Amino acid sequence: MLYLLSFLVLVMLCVGIAIIFVKDILSAVILSTVVSLVVSIIFLFIAAPDVAITEAAIGAALTAVVFVIAIKRTEMKETADKE
Amino acid sequence: MRKLVSIVLLAGFIFYFATLTGGLMIPSASNERNSVGLDILSRSADETGSANAVTSVVVLYRGFDTLGEVTVLFLAALGISVFMKGTVGQRKKVLDQSFILKTGSRLLFPLMFLFGIYIIAHGHLTPGGGFPGGVIIATGFFVILLTSESVEFSKNLMSVLEGLAGLSFIVLGLVGLFGPDNSFLQNFLPLGDFNTVFSAGIIPIIYAVVGIKVAAELSSVVFAMKESK
Repeated sequence: MLYLLSFLVLVMLCVGIAIIFVKDILSAVILSTVVSLVVSIIFLFIAAPDVAITEAAIGAALTAVVFVIAIKRTEMKETADKE
Repeated sequence: MRKLVSIVLLAGFIFYFATLTGGLMIPSASNERNSVGLDILSRSADETGSANAVTSVVVLYRGFDTLGEVTVLFLAALGISVFMKGTVGQRKKVLDQSFILKTGSRLLFPLMFLFGIYIIAHGHLTPGGGFPGGVIIATGFFVILLTSESVEFSKNLMSVLEGLAGLSFIVLGLVGLFGPDNSFLQNFLPLGDFNTVFSAGIIPIIYAVVGIKVAAELSSVVFAMKESK
């Protein structure tokens, strides 16, 4: 159990670090939903299914939706380092 | 100025971690906290008739908190609507979406809607409830908005639903004032058979109301963002 949880936390950490280094903003959003999904799996294993469902619905689905719309309305690529 | 702000922030973090570790270090404090949870677990089934103890805490023992949460969500949705109102313009002609995306979204939407209703209606039996169910329904609306350009989305209907749901939450709470215990958000309906859909008094009604409110609010937020230029 402890090993499984530490593996999941490790996956979450790696994905979280990858978000910082990814150039494409859309990929960063998708990776952040992966973090939310892993968090909800962890919640499920520590016997908190209510929180797991809420985290999966809000963190993985709705946040990604809002971010995707915002990206669509603005710029696709990261342009800060060009200026 | 900047240094001052960073020092204040740092002090706040140190205080936070100190209290956090301090709370973990002192064994008696953590035992007391556990006893509250065990107490609620042992008596929630008899007192509220809800098979899901978390729901009984969210809707009845801490029902006033839930009312506050709903209010916060309402204010956030209101802010986004006001912010986006100035930017609403004509829709750009979007390229025709692919056939697979269109058909898939039409296939997926009823399933997501039904699943959201299931999560809301079984909030007092299985994990879930008004908030996640409403979010699932709102995401279903987004899936259909994503593809079809000709979708008719009545904003007035959404506002009416949202307002009615919020009002009936407060009215349900106020009715409890005239019940036997004279308290706000009191469970005045009969508890019914344990572990059936029509049980636990006002819990399913309040969760249905919260679900309608959350779904209407979040889908109008998504729609406002999609409509804006």
